[in-house]
Order: sequence, then structure tokens, then C-alpha cells
Amino acid sequence: MRRIGIDVGGTNTDAVLIEDGKVIRAVKAPTSEDVTTGILDSLKSLGSTGALKDKKVDGVMIGTTHFINAVVQRRHLTKVGALRLGMPATSTLPPFCDWPEDLATLVRGGVWMVEGGHEYDGRLFMPLDEAAVTKAAEEMKELGLKSVAISAIFSPLDNTHERRAAELVTKVIPDAVITCSSDLGRIGLLERENAGLLNAALADLSRETIAAFEKSIRDSGIAAPLFITQNDGTVAEASQARRLPVYSFASGATNSMRGAAYLSGLQDAMVIDVGGTTTDVGQLKNGFPREANSVVKVGGVRTLFRMPDLLSIGLGGGSHVQLDPLKVGPLSVGYKLLKDGIAFGGKQLTTTDIAIASGVLSLGDKSKVAHLDAATCKKVFDEAARLSEEAIDRMKTEAGDIKLIAVGGGAFLIPDKMAGVSEVIHVEHGDCANAVGAAIAQVSGECDQIFKDMTRVEAIAAAQGIANDRAVAAGAARDTLSTIESEDMPLAYLPGNSVRVRVRVVGDVAAT
Amino acid sequence: MPLRDITLDDIESLAVGAWVLGTGGGGSPYLGLLNLRSLYKDGYQVQLMPASELANDDWVAPVSNMGAPLVGQERLSDHRTAARAVDLMERHTGYKFRGIMSLEIGGGNSLQPLMAAAHLKRPVIDSDMMGRAYPEAQMTSVAVGDLKPCPLTTVDVRGLESVVEKVPTWKWMERVSRKICVEYGSTASTCKAPRTGAEVKKWGIHGTTTKAIAIGSAVREAQRRHEDPVAAILSVEPGKILFKGKVVDVERRATEGFLRGRCRFDGMDEYRGSSLELNFQNEWIVAWRDGTPIAMSPDLICVLDSVAGEAVGTETIRYGQRVTVLALPPPPVFLTPKGLQHVGPRAFGYDIEFKSVFA
Repeated sequence: MRRIGIDVGGTNTDAVLIEDGKVIRAVKAPTSEDVTTGILDSLKSLGSTGALKDKKVDGVMIGTTHFINAVVQRRHLTKVGALRLGMPATSTLPPFCDWPEDLATLVRGGVWMVEGGHEYDGRLFMPLDEAAVTKAAEEMKELGLKSVAISAIFSPLDNTHERRAAELVTKVIPDAVITCSSDLGRIGLLERENAGLLNAALADLSRETIAAFEKSIRDSGIAAPLFITQNDGTVAEASQARRLPVYSFASGATNSMRGAAYLSGLQDAMVIDVGGTTTDVGQLKNGFPREANSVVKVGGVRTLFRMPDLLSIGLGGGSHVQLDPLKVGPLSVGYKLLKDGIAFGGKQLTTTDIAIASGVLSLGDKSKVAHLDAATCKKVFDEAARLSEEAIDRMKTEAGDIKLIAVGGGAFLIPDKMAGVSEVIHVEHGDCANAVGAAIAQVSGECDQIFKDMTRVEAIAAAQGIANDRAVAAGAARDTLSTIESEDMPLAYLPGNSVRVRVRVVGDVAAT
Repeated sequence: MPLRDITLDDIESLAVGAWVLGTGGGGSPYLGLLNLRSLYKDGYQVQLMPASELANDDWVAPVSNMGAPLVGQERLSDHRTAARAVDLMERHTGYKFRGIMSLEIGGGNSLQPLMAAAHLKRPVIDSDMMGRAYPEAQMTSVAVGDLKPCPLTTVDVRGLESVVEKVPTWKWMERVSRKICVEYGSTASTCKAPRTGAEVKKWGIHGTTTKAIAIGSAVREAQRRHEDPVAAILSVEPGKILFKGKVVDVERRATEGFLRGRCRFDGMDEYRGSSLELNFQNEWIVAWRDGTPIAMSPDLICVLDSVAGEAVGTETIRYGQRVTVLALPPPPVFLTPKGLQHVGPRAFGYDIEFKSVFA
């Protein structure tokens, strides 16, 4: 098996070639404004090492922050027709009701609410008003809307109304791109619908970006299918990723964690990814990042879907250092490190200067930082360690010491001994753990729903079956599936031993 | 003191303060807040009226939303159904309500009367019947006063309407109305047994909307200034800090329709070396420090995020959170022997003698 993993970061585009489980080559190219040039450059750079000569590549896996940046920067967004199936409930809180006004203005193409939806126990809330759905679709057509987001009450439990409405809309607008909220999963209508609306808003950008990625691969002379890495450390085929771009929102941080697991051989550990400006801390469980089980805000919009549970703190290799009183971060010189840092002739004291002064790094002009004595350097390192220790502790789910894998360009800030940590592990190629994580990504399936009148064991088994089928539908080989997360929560107020079960399974990409 | 306008900024504060008074439960006020923002944008306005302004023979409608928080997250809430439960009660009894009041100031139910009041153009009475959140219908000041538990109306957004005409006790009311709520899909807007002005003045817990607004406003102001939000709460409420620590274990189980469990904390700062355990039944009920009970219902036990100052709920609290545990004084009506029968530690199955933090 031979795969290329690419991580398009804010500063660098990293690419690695993995062959039969080993990192063969790792290269870096500056990230380009148009993203694709950077990818092409890094692929060419890999090719120029001769590592790819006469060899078949099984897949190119790309992790990108392109989609989340579009939402945050309010750029390249498509107008969306919002169709909600839930009347007469929910009408006082229509789609977009809790969006920041600037973003809503850009995305809101129109709002339609019709009767439909289910109860928590699977009963119909209201029959689907098919005539009203068709009328809504005709009005959307009139307005020229091509991207449609459909949501329905309790659709994660029963998606038949959303599916039927999608069929009806397609009859009226044959080339409509439709996002159903049940594809994005969780209980919580507004948050799930918000994820669907954001997804629909990325319809055009997603189509263009993925086409451009495919072109970059072709232009580099590599004949391999494209996969896009997802928030949960798995990949989706290009066609599915085009349909659900929100699932790649947080893939950069996730890839780092997956890469850390792979490079260290550990399945359960804490990972600290120290970049130039920020440090992400997350916990690996069974080789995957633990997921956030609560609302995550994206560009000011409350959403709830597969996202890694991460804590970001303002600490990195470019962090400003103030000596009296001592303060490290959260400000950073960012990509200007090699210009603004003292050791590089600049004026801003950074953590990298401290590392150079103390001999941890050999970079820049050491004589420029000779005035920083050992005691001063120790104080700064101690402060960075304290900030990291606190972040690590906050991300733990239970007491006790835990193994820590330190990756990223700023990993030199992480000392070998830390409170609450049994062992600190630095790995080879740790500075491109993100691209490694992309290269090794698998395919997943998930189930999150309420089960009634079953034992806990039966409910978990039922959820597992559904998750397995979804993983296979997403391109996994059935005989490689394994459960990586299983969580159940008893529900207060609901009768009949109701339990909410969430199960996630992963498997290798099936051979085609 | 006359009526006064409740501003949208007051409502934003009320949502924060009510979540603190929810003592871990009561449901999130978020959807109610969104509804009220929308109502105010459309020009609606609500007034607050002290109970002392009521005539003895006025009628007051106590309202609440009933059901599973999870169902609320899907069916959301509709400001009009809150009003419809009151409207049904007026049609059923023939009374004309002078004002609307909250059953429960803790959590999402703090905002329910405001939604009804906006539509019905009546004031909200600045009183409730719990002074906090509690899980059951008999855990109210009016139940302690043995006031009549019926009738009760429940409505749902599809137009379903039910009246519970007669039940002998508050416990019966809890059982029958809960059954109706489950059939509706585990969410319903309710209007509880109407109360006379005299009853509200005697048995209501007064000034609680104002109190929740003051707490929320203090927290929001502290957040804006990056100051200590816990200290801000203590500047407006005579509370006591019980503990500062971090969550080291959470255990939850659903039994008889309630979320029960316990949460353990290891001490930080001046509490280092000590540990605290909180038991909950939807809300925080008893606090044990190093094995000794130090606070219990009806004293309000509030768990706050030490940095953000926002309340932390029993459904969402998780390992590693840094929290401050506060006690706030309980409504005096619950400190009588009859009051303690309804909401003292024994009402929740703890065989311990009630002792107030504030005694």
C-alpha cells in the first residue's frame, strides 16, 4: 500500500509518502493563496526525490482548512434555500434564527417551513405535507436557488421525511445540491440544521475545490484517487466529501493527532501539537481523537456534529515572550518568525529565541540572544510547561498520569518531565504528523439515536449494526471494521428505559 | 412599587441568572431566550409587577414548560403555546388573570411566563413557587401551603389541549400530568392551578425574577470586564463559597424518570487536600465534604465554572472542569417542618437532619 498524505496548513503545505506503513519521504512547500499551487508544488517536490518513479500510488489524502476558512472569512459562500419539516412546531425559531446577521445575510436565500417530522419514540409528529414541499421547491426555482438544506424534527431517528422531501425538490430542481440534516447527525434541531445550512452554503466552493485538487493530482502525473480527510480522522471519497464539506472543518488538528498515534504506535494517549501560534491538546482513544459532545461554534454559528474535542491555547514557537512580569503568549509573530525574532535580526523576543539561547535549537544567530542567561531561559520554559500541563489536565477524562505525545514544529517547548504525565514521547517526523495522519486515514460510520424497551446491551448492539452499515456505504471494507467509540446515556423524563446510544466504527478503505 | 418594563437586556441577564438558580437542573433557557429576542424584535414588551400590587381577589396564572430537555432540543419551544395554556385555563374556569407567574425561577421555566405575558398583554408577577429548580410538582411553596393542586391545563403546539380537573394531591397531579405530557411527545406547555392574589402574596416566593436578573447582570458585567464572576454573584447575593476544585468523577443513571448520580471534586487553592461530593436528582441536592454533609436542599447548591462564572448543569458537567461550588440561602417557606417534609434531604431519600449553611 502506497499513499500520499497532504496537509494544507496556514504556513506550509506538508506532504508525506507512506509505503507499507513506513514514512518514505516528507516534504514542505509554502501554502499558496489558491491552495492548489502549493499542493502541486509539494507533489512535484515529492516526485523530484525519485520516490514515486514507476510506482503506483493507491490514494492521495488531503486535509484542508479551506472550507472552515470560507465560513470564518465569509467568502465564496452559496445562497441556500432552507426547508424545515416540523410545522406547526418550531415556527417561532426559523432557520438562521441564531446566526450572526452578516453571515445570515450572505447565506439566506429563503426559508420555508412545512408540516412533517417525527416524535422521539418514532411516531409521526405530523405527516409530511408533500404539496407544500413541492410548492416550496417551485418558489426556490423561481429565485434561482440551487443549494437546498432540509431539516426535520428527530430526523437522526427517522430520516424518511427528509429523504422524501429531497426527492420532491429534485423533481422540481433536477440539478439541486441537497443537504439533509440527518446526514450530519446529532440530536438538537437548530445545531444540526445549522451544520446543514453551512454545508449547503459550501456547495459551489466544495465542487470547485475538489475539482481543483483532482486537477493538481493529475497535473503532477500521479494516477490515484483523491480522498479528503474528515474531522474524525477518517477519509471520505472525493464524491462524498464534495457532498459534505463541513465534515472536513477540523481535519488539520485531527490529522496531527492521528499521525502522532501512528508515529508513536500508541492508541491511547494525550497529544500536544505545538504550532507557531497555538497549541492544540486532545486525547487519543483507540487511536482516534475523542469527539466533542457539545455545541461547537463555527464562524459564530452553533453547530453539533462530528468534531474533535480540542483545547487550543495561545502557545507556540512564535509566541511573544515578556520577561518582567513573565508572560508567554498568547500573541505570536506567526509566519514572520524568521524575520521578527531577535535571533533573526528582529525586535520581538519569542519562545524560539529562548530555545536558541539555551541551545535547544540551532537556528539564526545565537550571538544575538547571548544576553539571555540560563536562569531566564528556564523561567520561560517552566512557564510554557505550566501552560501545557494545565491544558493537558483539562482534557483528561479521568484522574491518573497519562502518556503524552509531543508533535508539531514547536514541540521543543514540551519538557521530558511534566505533572500528570507518565512519559513524554517525541517522534521522528513529528513536525509533519498532520500529513502522516492524512496518509493513514480510514473510513468511519456512526449511529446516534434513542433506543426504547431494550436492554443496554441490545441497544448498543443495534447501534453497532447501523454504524457498520453506514461505514460500508462510505467505502469501508466490512471485514476490517472495528468499534472505536461506544457511549450510552440514560434519558431522564422519557419512559420505558430510554437510552441514547452513540457508536462509531472504522475500517480500511475497501479495495476497488 | 409600580410596574416596570423588562428590557431585552434584562432578559439576557435573566437567562444567565436563572441558569445559576437552576442549581444544576431546570433546563437551559437558550430557546426561551431566542423566542423572546424574536418577540422583542417584533415590538412586544413585558412588564414586571410586584406581588404586593395584587388585589386579594385577583387571579394569577402560574405557568411552566414540562418535558424532556432532549425533546425540547428537537421540537424547540413556541412562545405562543405558553400563552395558549393560559388561554385554555381562562376558558375553562371563566377567570380573567391579572398576571402570569413562573412556577420555577431556576432554568428555562424562568422565561415561560414572559412569553405568555407578551401575547396576553398582562404583567409578569415578580414571584415564583420554588425560588430555584426542583424535579417534582409537590416541591413548591404552594404544595407546602396545601393549596389546591387542580385544575391544570396542558397544550401542545399541534393544538392538543387537556384539562386535569380533579386530583386529590400534588403527587397525583405530578403522575397524571406527566402521563399526558409523555403522550404529547414528552413536551407540553402547562398552566398550573390558578392562584388568588391573596394566595400569591402569602405563599409566593417573592422578588425572584428581579433576583435572577441581578445575578445574571453581575455575571455578565464581570465577564465583560474580565473580573471574577463568582465574586460578582456574592456582591449581589448573600451566598457562601463551599468549595473550589476540579471534577474528578461523574456517575449518572436514569431511574424513575429522573437523572440521578454523583459528582466528585478534588480541592484547589485553599481547598487543596480536601474533596467534595455532590449528589443530584436532576438538581444538586446534597454536598458532602470529606464524608460530612455540609449543604443540602433546600439550601441552593450552585456549581459555577470558576473562569466563565456560568452555571454547570448535572447533565453536562464533566471531568476536568474547574468549578466553584456556592450555597445561596433558601426561601424561608421551605425551612418550616412542613417545608422540609417536601424538599428536605429526606424527601430525596437521604437520612440526614437538615442543617442550613446559613444557620
